Amino acid sequence: MLDVKNLHAGIDGKEILHGLDLHVGTGEVHAIMGPNGSGKSTLANVLAGRPRFEVTAGTVTFEGKDLLSMAPEDRAREGLFLAMQYPVEIPGVNNIYFLKAALNAIRKNRGEEELDAMEFLQLAREKMKLVDLDESFMNRGVNEGFSGGEKKRNEIFQMAVLDPKLAVLDETDSGLDIDALKIVANGVNTLRSEKHSVLVITHYQRLLKYLVPDYVHVLADGRIVKSGGKELAEELERRGYEWIEQEVAAAR
Amino acid sequence: MTTAVQSDLREQAAQRFAQLGWPTPELEEWKFTNLAPIERIEWRADDGAARASQKTGVVSLRGQALAELVFSNGRFVDAAGAAPGLEILPISQAASHPMFDRHYARYADYQRHALTALNTANAQDGAFIVVRDGATLDGFIHLLFIGAGDAIWSHPRNLIVVGRGAQVAVVETFYGDGNYFTNAVTEIVAGESSVVDHYRIERESIDAFHVGTVQIHQERASHVTSRHIALGGGLVRNEVNVALAGEGANLTLDGLFVLADSQHIDNHTVIDHVKPHCDSLELYKGILDDKSRGIFDGLIIVRPDAQKTNSRQVNRNLLLSETAIIDSKPTLEIQNDDVKCSHGSTIGQLDEEAMFYLRARGISESEARSLLIYAFASEIVDRMKIDAVKENIRAAMFRRIPKGLPERRSATR
Repeated sequence: MLDVKNLHAGIDGKEILHGLDLHVGTGEVHAIMGPNGSGKSTLANVLAGRPRFEVTAGTVTFEGKDLLSMAPEDRAREGLFLAMQYPVEIPGVNNIYFLKAALNAIRKNRGEEELDAMEFLQLAREKMKLVDLDESFMNRGVNEGFSGGEKKRNEIFQMAVLDPKLAVLDETDSGLDIDALKIVANGVNTLRSEKHSVLVITHYQRLLKYLVPDYVHVLADGRIVKSGGKELAEELERRGYEWIEQEVAAAR
Repeated sequence: MTTAVQSDLREQAAQRFAQLGWPTPELEEWKFTNLAPIERIEWRADDGAARASQKTGVVSLRGQALAELVFSNGRFVDAAGAAPGLEILPISQAASHPMFDRHYARYADYQRHALTALNTANAQDGAFIVVRDGATLDGFIHLLFIGAGDAIWSHPRNLIVVGRGAQVAVVETFYGDGNYFTNAVTEIVAGESSVVDHYRIERESIDAFHVGTVQIHQERASHVTSRHIALGGGLVRNEVNVALAGEGANLTLDGLFVLADSQHIDNHTVIDHVKPHCDSLELYKGILDDKSRGIFDGLIIVRPDAQKTNSRQVNRNLLLSETAIIDSKPTLEIQNDDVKCSHGSTIGQLDEEAMFYLRARGISESEARSLLIYAFASEIVDRMKIDAVKENIRAAMFRRIPKGLPERRSATR
């Protein structure tokens, strides 16, 4: 599904990722954990193609295609979804209109027929229940006046509607109370299947209690320094990140 | 238009224009706009058949409007519709109407404004509308002005008198094809406690010149909403002058100007708070692409007697290219201290974060741009009350802004 090789990337001339390697297989759920400043969000933004982030070396292959040469919209159409850390408010762009346009652009790319307004509404209603969002949200501006938790749930709602092959969750758990956390985890778990992959980027282990990963990687100083199973997350929760940093320092 | 009063007036106005001459950028009120390109051309009136009428189909709202009058190069060509409480006729046939002399040319000041003098001297036709006291019109009136041909000028002249407690919606549309010049004047008298919803949709040919003057006189407790949409024309000046001349009058003045190529649109507004307890709320939004130039020059005057004035003036602008220029000059002139007034202006670009958000969901760059541009304009468009007009503007707006921001390469790699 996703192959990241020797990725060097940064922002404003400052390199943050110093040769990152990552392989996410089809149907797998991977968690990337790491302390602040380790490069977690840079990875998410580089994968989604956010302007200003620069790749200086390395390759990213998504479903056999060169991801880095694609515009952000083409990455989305190929099946990549980034649940953003800070979803932006866009007053004046209607939530439902926006999402319908997005879904139909993706469907068109897949060679599927576009959904009409009624079909889309039916799908949207069904997925909204999944994340416990009120229907009134649909007719507001994108994220306009949403609380922090509502914005995150809206990200997961969009993910559920767009049905991506690979969902990247960039600190979706930050700022969520336990109920919202369960809702988000439940939304992602519903997407899980042998055809869908998930990359969860997080600082804390608590989301991973409800969204259990197959693999856990520790990101430190722009590289994956340790990989393991779900028990690695628990260990990190218990022991913090310092021992990893010490291990890395000792290995140098 | 042939009464003695009328021909005197024409003559006086012609003399006044000869004295004033074409306005030049040396005048403070014209500092951003030079009419020399208009002055250079030998203009003539269209004295032939109404050649532009075949184009009306595109913009006609016949069937949707209660009544519609169509003018071609300033000459009356067609009328349709009627409603109880409404008198509507070409102004060329209105000179004997008892309301005519009482109101005609009493508000738009040809002594001070050269282009109003030029219009008053040369007006061929326009709409004369009287809404009787207490009449509530369920629907809107459409006045359609079509321009066509080269070196043809026209001076449409409208007078709208809304009676006490009456309610009306009037849409003026300017549309055309060619290198013509429209110099229109509309006077609106909003009687005591009347409710007026006025739309002025300027969609002239890109090669056309347009000067528009709207003069609104508001009496006690009248509510006027006046919406000014400017999409077309190469060189455009739109003036709106409102006198809040009766206590408790309420004005909403909305503007949206959308420019591309090398269009030049100058919005000049004056809101004059003459009496106490009046509210005015002004919002003008500009969207500028390519090498276009837009101007917002808005003045709010609060007279010594106008205590308890509540006034807000805002101009917001969206620049879509590095070469577009906006001059924004919101001005308050307050002559008493018992008022609540504010004003401000902003100039910004498309929000990069919002662009990325939309694109990251699969929406193309050009569509994302359109969505955000429309979102910026929607504040003005969405609160219009006439669906037919709203839809036309949406469609026309997207035709005017085909490009948005210059293509930006994805920064990754």
